[in-house]
Amino acid sequence: MSNIMNSMFDMRLLDDLARKETAVHRMHPLVKFLTTFVYLIVVVSFGRYEITGLLPMLVYPVLVLTLAELPIRPILNRMLLAAPFVIGIGILNPVFDHQVVMVGGLAISRGWITFFSLFLKSLLTVCAALLLIATTGMDKLASALRMLSIPRLFVLQLLLTYRYISVFMEEVSQILMAYSLRAPQQKGIHRSAWGSLTGQLILRTFEKAQRVYLAMCLRGFTGEYNTGASKSITAMDLAYMAGWCLFFALTRIYDIPMLIGLLLTGVVQ
Amino acid sequence: MHMADALISPAVGGTMWAATAGVAAYSIKKLPRELDEKKIPLMGVMGAFVFAAQMINFTIPGTGSSGHLGGGLLLAILLGPYAGFLTMASILTIQALFFADGGLLALGCNIFNLGFFTCFIAYPLIYKPIMAKGYNPKRIWGASMLAAIVGLQLGAFGVVLETLFSGKTELPFGTFVALMQPIHLAIGIVEGLVVAAIVSFVWKEQPEIIKKATSGEAMGSIPIKKVLTGLALAAMFAGGVFSWFASANPDGLEWSMLKTAGVEELKAPDGIHRTLSKIQSKIAFLPDYSFKAPETESAVSAEKGKEGEAAWPAVSGGTSVSGLIGAGLTLALTAIIGFAIGSLKKKKSDLSA
Repeated sequence: MSNIMNSMFDMRLLDDLARKETAVHRMHPLVKFLTTFVYLIVVVSFGRYEITGLLPMLVYPVLVLTLAELPIRPILNRMLLAAPFVIGIGILNPVFDHQVVMVGGLAISRGWITFFSLFLKSLLTVCAALLLIATTGMDKLASALRMLSIPRLFVLQLLLTYRYISVFMEEVSQILMAYSLRAPQQKGIHRSAWGSLTGQLILRTFEKAQRVYLAMCLRGFTGEYNTGASKSITAMDLAYMAGWCLFFALTRIYDIPMLIGLLLTGVVQ
Repeated sequence: MHMADALISPAVGGTMWAATAGVAAYSIKKLPRELDEKKIPLMGVMGAFVFAAQMINFTIPGTGSSGHLGGGLLLAILLGPYAGFLTMASILTIQALFFADGGLLALGCNIFNLGFFTCFIAYPLIYKPIMAKGYNPKRIWGASMLAAIVGLQLGAFGVVLETLFSGKTELPFGTFVALMQPIHLAIGIVEGLVVAAIVSFVWKEQPEIIKKATSGEAMGSIPIKKVLTGLALAAMFAGGVFSWFASANPDGLEWSMLKTAGVEELKAPDGIHRTLSKIQSKIAFLPDYSFKAPETESAVSAEKGKEGEAAWPAVSGGTSVSGLIGAGLTLALTAIIGFAIGSLKKKKSDLSA
């Protein structure tokens, strides 16, 4: 129950955030989409023992977060919610890899290093995806997908699914509320109601789809979902993308923290 | 069961994206033209339904715990395999974007694991043949159970293979399989029971919905022969790609190198080989799969090799200390940038207000 409410809240929050008007929000959706992809590829391409080299990649989420004036806490919460699966698989690394290495006088098993590297990558990638949707929004993202020649049918379908999720979440939460009021002290749906509870909803879904289709036809639907005029890519957009790609490439090629550290310890000596 | 971005390598992610895009393009092509306009709302609304229905907890009798619906098989049964696959793909896309369930790079893997195996293997090769003799409650239960279990087992195995080929974890193949398959057997049984209960109900109330889907009237049916040829091609393709990964996987090499070379730095011979290995170490997008000598050494000081080539002061013993200091500084710098921009923005908005 709380689960479904949380999800509804999350979607609305991200929708609201996507409606802000900041420099990042104004960037072309396609540019933001492609930049996010490059970022993700660069992050996961780091070696499994890499930790220091990955750290400068934090600059991207931090900058986007501040420039887009997004609240930190909800994004952080989401990032941590996604962590358990990665932790579940990664936590076994220390078990299987005992090789000890020395880091600044501390003996650490290699497994822990791979685990931390994995954990860091998980946080960065999750954050990048959330930032994309929080600064772009579903409609604009769909227009970016169309520009990439993703078939009309799929994009349309994606948008409709998205549009109706809130409707169905509300419906399901009502059904669950009604059920729990009639069956108190019960953790989930009893076996005897598995089919009828969900099945009723399916029958209603089919009827709703029919009504939706008719309503769309009455409003002149001919198979195209119009997302409004899409703006063209400006020099500013290209500069945004090129700047980030250059930064990602430099971070990938040079271990920047190590260079800073070496420079500093060299000066001290 | 959703794969995360952090667990896959760009090569595996890219391969699975390509495979998924292929299946999606094929599905779109196979949807009957004249029907697709009408079916788009149905697919969209069904996607939203599955999304919401995944949040219903079904109590598992006798255990006190509860399970929930995956959706791939149910969508295939109600919409047919093509529309089912596309609908599943859009559900997973939204989950990746809004809920960080899985990631954008891993989306190809996730759609394949949860959509392809259920809609294009479990449904046409298991569910449909059993149901071909006609619907009755017993057959619905048997077919749903078997199809759900097989679909989830294949999906779980897909997760195992994709994770292992990505080389991000140290989990040995056997352990990983022994962990994943039994868990997903349990999940598959619950999924089968839920799907069977739902399909039985819909069959009793409005059989025409299911009849349309199975006869292919609604969304077009899958000719089994074509599926098998497709599968054979996919298997050959996958075999080729995976064996390439396997042979390129330097795990054994890494270990043996560490043993033979100890902590000594491996020096590449001079001349063209050295230049090439330098270039390769710079451009390698798959450091784990390439011959990158410095990587074989201790983790953090692995960068020694790179630094040695650069004109930085040689602080061999203190490299890891430098790494730590640099890391700390980078973090501090990042935080400062964030705060500075944040407060600047605030000031600006205060002024304009």
